[in-house]
Amino acid sequence: MRELDAVDRRIIDTMQGDFPICERPYAVVAGQLGIDEDELISRLDGLLADKVLTRFGPMFQIERMGGAFVLAALAVPEARYETVTELVNALPQVAHNYRREHALNMWFVLATENQAGIAEAIARIEADTGLPVFAFPKEREYFVEMKLEARL
Amino acid sequence: MDTIDRQLVLATQGGLPLVARPYARLAEQLGLSEADVMLRLQGLLDRGLIRRIGVVPNHYAIGWTANGMTVWNVPDDKVDELGGRVGALPFVTHCYRRPRALPAWPYNLFAMVHGSSREECSAKADDIRRLLGEDCLGNDVLYSTRILKKTGLRIGG
Repeated sequence: MRELDAVDRRIIDTMQGDFPICERPYAVVAGQLGIDEDELISRLDGLLADKVLTRFGPMFQIERMGGAFVLAALAVPEARYETVTELVNALPQVAHNYRREHALNMWFVLATENQAGIAEAIARIEADTGLPVFAFPKEREYFVEMKLEARL
Repeated sequence: MDTIDRQLVLATQGGLPLVARPYARLAEQLGLSEADVMLRLQGLLDRGLIRRIGVVPNHYAIGWTANGMTVWNVPDDKVDELGGRVGALPFVTHCYRRPRALPAWPYNLFAMVHGSSREECSAKADDIRRLLGEDCLGNDVLYSTRILKKTGLRIGG
């Protein structure tokens, strides 16, 4: 894993939101960080290439665009875990997928452009894997703000 | 959201261009003016269709190696009040009400916590349990042991 220096950490800590909308946004942020525009761009490029950052850009609120998001889980037999992972991950509707320690040991998020897409994706996963999908749609959101400061 | 907004979403869901004038680059791709692209993006932000524009770190790479999905069984008539209070804790990054799936899954409140260790996550779960008090009818913490996929959402072209 890449070693982060103080500038990398400042970039990660200050850029988790509020990227400006103006002609030279990198120059503005670089000015706040005390580095120059080219350095900021090349560091972002490097942090993305090294997978310290998984993304840089707008975070969309898909439900407000008519889309749907559902958290879902499977209880996957250990002997079939790798195979089922490949089947589930093959669906473009699967935005992320985590292995967790529980009888329900695979947790993934389905993101689709409309509600019907969720039912289709679930039916597809059940048919492909032969396992029942447990769907946990969001009924209410109390808080969402995924911002974590760099500790390393 | 009209066709142009949709094109902007498609053009930026993989990320913003890493060039000095990223909005001009997008404008070129979409056949718009730079000013149009900026106005549209600001409009999407103002309407909440974009939550924010920024970086998404890989938690593991920046030192947050433990992540626990804490799940709680609380009375249905109190879940909204309790969810609001749990969501307001400074260390909770997501907090949602979700349906139970009885008998296998009795939990109706989900709160995600992160830490550098499981002990840190576990201490945070203890804080939530104290806040819920006798309204905690059952709980669990599901630690992640592997990221199997993480691409973020993609809508079709």
